[in-house]
Formats: sequence, C-alpha cells, structure tokens
Amino acid sequence: MSDIAIKVEGLSKLYRLGEVGTGTMSQDLNRWWAGVRGKEDPFAKIGETNDRTSKGSSDFVWSLKDVNFEVKQGEVLGIIGRNGAGKSTLLKILSKITAPTTGSIKVKGRIASLLEVGTGFHPELTGRENIFLNGAILGMSKTEIRSKFDEIVDFSGVERYIDTPVKRYSSGMYVRLAFAVSAFLEPEILIVDEVLAVGDAEFQKKCLGRMKDVSRNDGRTILFVSHSMAAVKNICTTGLLMKNGQVSFGGTADEAVDYYIANFLNFNSDVKIQLTDENRSYDLSRLIEYQTIEFANPVENNLYSTEDDITLVVRLKSKVSREDFRLAFSICKMDESAVGAFFSEETLSIMKGQEKEFSITIKNHQLAKGQYYFDLSVGVGNELTGITDYDIVTKTLFFEIAYKDILKTQMITLWHSEWGSVNFKNVELKAV
Amino acid sequence: MQTYVDTNAQDENWTEVIQPRTRLLDLGLADVWRYRDLVMLFVRRDFVSTYKQTVLGPIWFFIQPLLTTITYVIIFGNVAKLSTDGLPMMVFYLSGITIWNYFALTLTNTSTVFRDNAAMFGKVYFPRLTMPLSIVISNLVRFAIQFGLFIVVWLYYLLKGNSGIHPNWLIALTPVLVLVMGLMSLGLGMIFSAMTTKYRDLAMLLAFGVQLLMYATPVIYPLSSITGKYRYLILANPMTSIVETFRYAFLGSGVFDWSYLAYSLAFTVVILLVGTIIFNRVQKSFTDTV
Repeated sequence: MSDIAIKVEGLSKLYRLGEVGTGTMSQDLNRWWAGVRGKEDPFAKIGETNDRTSKGSSDFVWSLKDVNFEVKQGEVLGIIGRNGAGKSTLLKILSKITAPTTGSIKVKGRIASLLEVGTGFHPELTGRENIFLNGAILGMSKTEIRSKFDEIVDFSGVERYIDTPVKRYSSGMYVRLAFAVSAFLEPEILIVDEVLAVGDAEFQKKCLGRMKDVSRNDGRTILFVSHSMAAVKNICTTGLLMKNGQVSFGGTADEAVDYYIANFLNFNSDVKIQLTDENRSYDLSRLIEYQTIEFANPVENNLYSTEDDITLVVRLKSKVSREDFRLAFSICKMDESAVGAFFSEETLSIMKGQEKEFSITIKNHQLAKGQYYFDLSVGVGNELTGITDYDIVTKTLFFEIAYKDILKTQMITLWHSEWGSVNFKNVELKAV
Repeated sequence: MQTYVDTNAQDENWTEVIQPRTRLLDLGLADVWRYRDLVMLFVRRDFVSTYKQTVLGPIWFFIQPLLTTITYVIIFGNVAKLSTDGLPMMVFYLSGITIWNYFALTLTNTSTVFRDNAAMFGKVYFPRLTMPLSIVISNLVRFAIQFGLFIVVWLYYLLKGNSGIHPNWLIALTPVLVLVMGLMSLGLGMIFSAMTTKYRDLAMLLAFGVQLLMYATPVIYPLSSITGKYRYLILANPMTSIVETFRYAFLGSGVFDWSYLAYSLAFTVVILLVGTIIFNRVQKSFTDTV
C-alpha cells in the first residue's frame, strides 16, 4: 500500500455557531482548564451532526464528523455534495488553513491548494511583481517562478500589460493572470476548489484541459471540489460524496455522481411548488419574487410525451412597479447541466405589492426521453444585453419525457443518452 | 479510493501529518526558511505599495522623523522647556524618535497581522510567521534609512564642535540594541495579534497604549531628569534602557548600566517565548474565530 498519497483518519471539526467574540471568556477559561487537566473539551460533547436545514439545540456543530478515506497517488478525486455538506471544511483542513478538532491527515508529498485564484494579489503592483508574489505565496521559490515566468505570461495572454499595475486590469485579465500562476504550480498533490467557475468559456476550457494534463501526464494527485456534476465526471477518476459532514459514498467518479443524482436530487411528481429558501442558492434583491409554480394541465407522474405542450403557471409578487421586466427559464437534466434556456421579451408589467400570474407554454419542446427540471428567473436584460436578476429559483418542478406509444408511428422508441437531450423535430429532408 | 481504513497498515514515510495540535514550541522554522523568498517579497510589496503614486516617494521616510523632531523641539524643548541633558535639542529628540519609531511601528504593524490578512490566510497556507517577520524586516529597512538621517545630523553637530556630544565605544552595541528591540516588538506583536483574533478590544488598547508608552520611555526627556518613585516605573519599561544606551553611546550623556540592559534582554526572551507559544496556538485555527 505504498502508493497512498493522502490518508484521512477519524477527521472531525467542531464549529461554534453564532456570535464569536463577546461572552466567551468564561467558556474559554473552562476549555483551557479542561485542557490543562487533560480532560476532554467540555463543549465538544454537545455538538451534533451538521444539518443546516434543521435548527440544532446547541451552539456547537460538527462540520465534519469521523471522516475516513484514502487517496492513491495519481488519483483525481472529485468531492461532491450539497452546500454545507462539509466539502469546504475538508478542503480547508487539507490546505492547513484551519486545524481539525480530532483525527489526522497523513500526506505524502507537497500539497498546494487553490481555494481561490489570485490570493495576495496587490492592486498597486504590476503583473510581473504579482506573479512573483502570488507564486511565492503558493509555495514556489523565486528561481522556480523565474524559470516558468515566460510560460505563465504566455498562458495568461496579458503579455502587453505585464508591467502595468493590476488595478488597471479588467476583471477577466486579472483572473487569467491569477489562474496562470496557479496552473504552473507543481506540487505532488493539488487541491482545487471551484475556481474554474470564473473567466470566459474559452479560458475555462483551457483550465480544465490543463488540470487533465497535469494528472494524466505528470501523475499528480488532485482533489477537486465542485458543484458541477459534468466537470466531476469529465475530470475525476474517483468520487467522494459528502453529506452532513460525513462520507456518504465513495467510488468511481461516475458512480458517485450517479449515486448523488439518485439519492439527493429526488425526482418528484409534484405539480405545484411553494418556493422556499431551499430553491434559492443566490442572495438576490427579490424585488420581484416567485411565489408558486405549477403545471397548468397536470399529467400523471408528470410524464409528458414528446408531442405534448408543457404549460407552467407562475405566481409573482412584487415590491416595485415595473413595466419592462422579463421571465426566463432553463430546463436542466438531473446531473444539473442545462439543456437550454428561454428569455421572454422585456415587456411584462406588475404593480407594487401586486401578486400576478403568468402562464408559460412550451410548444414543440423537442426534448428527448429523460428526466428534467425547471430553473426560473425574473429580472431585466437577456442573453444579448446582459442580465440582472431579481430572483432565481432552482430545482422547482420535475418532469419526465417519454415516447407515448409504440404504435404511434414513432421511428425511434429507445433513446441513447449519448445522442444528447434534444430530439430535433423541425428538420426538412428531401432529395435534390 | 477506499472508504475504510486499514489500521494495520505499517507506518510509512509521510511527508506531513496534519493534526489538531502541534508541540508547544514547534515554530516550523524549517518551513519559514523554505518560504524565505516570500518574506522578501512581502518586504518589497510593503515598500512599493506604500510609496506608489506619491510625489515625494521614499523622501517621506525622512520627512516623518524630521517634522516630528521639529515639533518636539518647539513643544517640549521651547514651550515646556524639558531638559535635554545639555545636548542640542535636534539631535537629542531625533535619537529618541529614530529608536522609538522602529519599536512602535513594528509593534503596531505586527499586532494586526491576523486581522489585516484574514482574507488571504483564509484561502491559502504559508507559514504565518513569514508575515510578522517581513514586518520586522521592512521596518528595519525603514529604520536604517532614518538612522542614516540621524547620523547626518549627528555628524553635523559633532564636527561643528562645542555641542557637548561625546560618543564612545558603546556605539558597537547598536546592532544588539536594534536586534533586541526588533525581537521585543515581534514578541509583543505576536501576542497582541494572536489575542486580537478573539478579543478585538486589545487592538483598541494597543493603538493608544503605544502612544502612552512613549511617555513612559525617555524619548522626550532624559532618564536623569526623573527622580523619586517614577524612576522605578520608567526603569521597569524594557524600552528605557535601550533608548538610554543608544543615546549614551552616540551622545555621551544618559544613564548606562549593564544590569538595565540585561533586564531588557531577559524581558525580550520571555516575551518572545510567550509570543511564540500563543501565536503558534492561534495560527492553526484563527480563521474560525476572526
């Protein structure tokens, strides 16, 4: 078993909730006194498992509880789970940003972590100076950085501005330069948080490619935390699923993602949903907000055929008067990747304090067999003019598309997932 | 990947073991040495960022002590008529200010290390000690420049003659004085920075505490002018002997006593030890409380 790079044993982390700072002196003294006498932390006992949805009775919470796993050398481990499952805490402990409460992590090789790109960038310094500073913060020596300097500049594509203070950079340039430094880190173990969610699409692709290269060609171990099931499937070899601070599943990346989809993203056949904070992952103004969403013509098990129209009725409530807002929705697959999106005209109106219903009908949806759900947003601006959202709700109503009946002159009754999620209908084919 | 743990697996050569606690005095100096380039880059960053987009740039290093000295000459020398032991006011105040500034700046800068860098510390690991160390060093550079200014003024009075300045061999102690002072401010700064992560009140205390402490140090008056019970109070201040020794060495007037200096040295060692232990404790999990 000499090829193990990371060994996590009995790892736990206790956090104190609420206000930290005042009124803790006596508690601190208590803890300290217990520590001196070699007793257990008196406050550690009252901790409970980390479930943010239910309000706990104590002020202490186990963000991680008895986590055990091993990572082999050259493995690319994807860590997935819902918000608050303990992924970030695990990452922070691995990166030595904070210490565990109990347990240990044994590591073979040098660790570098990328929880954020551009850490320590100073706006007054030039790009060149920041490359050196950031590189050193990430653990590179001056000579190491100097030898890679040209590559870094090349990768970032900001050569022209390398002697300009970074405060004059556009945010895109800033991120490119920051990522470029990180991309040329060469530790044996690399820990990556979802830093890839920045930058433009082309650059993201470049970054993902770079990560793949690093693991395949150089045999480096990578730990990758992500919300994107697609990215995890694409990059990782193995997967670890976290739930309430504990490891809930470990296996290959595909297995872990499938397990997550099957057990956490429960397909349900509700025909109406009252929206709660559970559906909102962004903290937006909610000047206009969603109240309910329902299927107008419910079908059994929300099973629509490829021929059916799908009609939603949404109820909005507004704090302002607007005559120029729009609705938008996207349809997503169960692995959380979007299939497509729609933006309405910016001509909808609502009065202050008013509750108003709108109906949305999708005709000729062209969706292929499979399970989907709706994300919706309300705001101004569209895919062309730039978007400002007042409210975004995710994972609202679920539905399934199937081919109705074998006798219904369908050419294809079985749909392979590798064909994608759209079954084109408006296609003309003729001999010329 | 396996989710079970084979407890029978034999011990292997782990590069690193992350655990809840480390040994009390384990400073990880080897780690700091590995990051020595970072320390120097922090020093550089401090300088470049402080004086970018200023017209006068590094000249400010001179302006600050000069203006302070002139103010002291007017207020304490001419208005309050405090004794300067018969020395020219200019060189008397400047000597005190040069020394005191180094101590005060290093202390106040290190005391907020955790708070000021919380965002960075929360995202990436590097030996936390590099930060206070870089502050000590960059203030040392600042001190060197201001010390140069002092030397120029000092030489002027020395060559002019008849000013009552009698330098002696104790000048050779200057590096020791600077070192002791640097380490003392580092130790105190580490204690304060570690404690302020939880008790912000201390930052408030320190801000004016340093100011008040200056009056308990013979910066604007000579130790010889203080008699009675207050003398012991001022002698209890470990900075006293350093300022006095410095002045005695360069100017030839002041109180010099090996035992006073030994006291400052002992104080520094204790503070540095305590500071190290506390800093070490806090650095591992301060991100949870800051």
